[in-house]
Amino acid sequence: MSFIEWIRQPWPWYVSGPLIGLTVPILLLLGNKSFGISSSLRHICAACFPANIPFFKYNWKKELWNLFFVTGILFGAIIASNLLGNYQPIQLNPKLVSDLNKYGITDYARLIPTQLFNWPALLTLKGFIMMIGGGFLVGFGTRYAGGCTSGHSIMGLSNLEWPSLIATICFMAGGFIMSNLILPFILQL
Amino acid sequence: MQNILDGIELKEQNTDFEVRSLDTICINESNLQHPWWYNLKYLFAGILFGILLVKAEVISWFRIQEMFRMQSFHMYGVIGSAVVVGAISIWLIKKFKIKTIHGEAIELHSKKFNKGQIIGGLIFGFGWALTGACPGPLFALIGNGATVIIAVLLSAVAGTWVYGLIRDKLPH
Repeated sequence: MSFIEWIRQPWPWYVSGPLIGLTVPILLLLGNKSFGISSSLRHICAACFPANIPFFKYNWKKELWNLFFVTGILFGAIIASNLLGNYQPIQLNPKLVSDLNKYGITDYARLIPTQLFNWPALLTLKGFIMMIGGGFLVGFGTRYAGGCTSGHSIMGLSNLEWPSLIATICFMAGGFIMSNLILPFILQL
Repeated sequence: MQNILDGIELKEQNTDFEVRSLDTICINESNLQHPWWYNLKYLFAGILFGILLVKAEVISWFRIQEMFRMQSFHMYGVIGSAVVVGAISIWLIKKFKIKTIHGEAIELHSKKFNKGQIIGGLIFGFGWALTGACPGPLFALIGNGATVIIAVLLSAVAGTWVYGLIRDKLPH
């Protein structure tokens, strides 16, 4: 298998996980920056709609690095998807596939279920709950928790912070509850 | 009188510290002033990170469902090995007092516990399972061509804004 062929495959966890972990020292060494992505949402609020809210009154320009970083994520994903992409359907546990088939989810060609996440679906109850409701919970919850998977689960745990461990456990608990207990009802809508 | 004043001062300092620790998570620790284009290095770091997110498939809604249904080790492997590498890196940085490329000492702030990590954590968990994305993957999914995720991202910005608006009324 040539290098290009290898790179076009999905990367196994033991390759991608450690590389993702290297983001922590890279940002620290580049300029003393603690890895965290949900802060970018706050900086966007501070830059665009501060509305005299104390939480958004700070020098967001000092945090511009974070907005450059997330812009980079966007470009990186464009590069990976267009130049390094594999367009094989994702290899999933058959149990998940048969379970999702019950809800009419049959298209596994993309990274998201395009039958659920598309522009017209925004106007349906199910789509609105999943995309607008879900997005709102992500933005509200991460800021309330003081970080997301990157800030708490990767940066915080790497620095052996117990508040980050609690946050991570709660992220997982919330996900378990939603995926197993609530999502089946939403998918039926 | 002096005692009372001391008490007030101490209380104010504590509150201040608490607010700062709530506010400063993931915030810049550098005191150096650089021209804006120095930020381009973070653009490149972001590009590498974005490639990783796509190639690791961690931005996939399906992979997130597999994780929360305990049907695959993939996500646990990615997050777990990332934490191990991150922890070893931070340990090395502390042990050898490694400085930034600009010669600044690396500062790490510890996070203070507050109820937000529990309540907010659960709320984020709900959103994570619904959208199949945390904040980083939102940007990556848009780059991946899922333009409808722009709406999800805007909703996440709105969620952050509403948190800022009602923050004083929430238990912390």
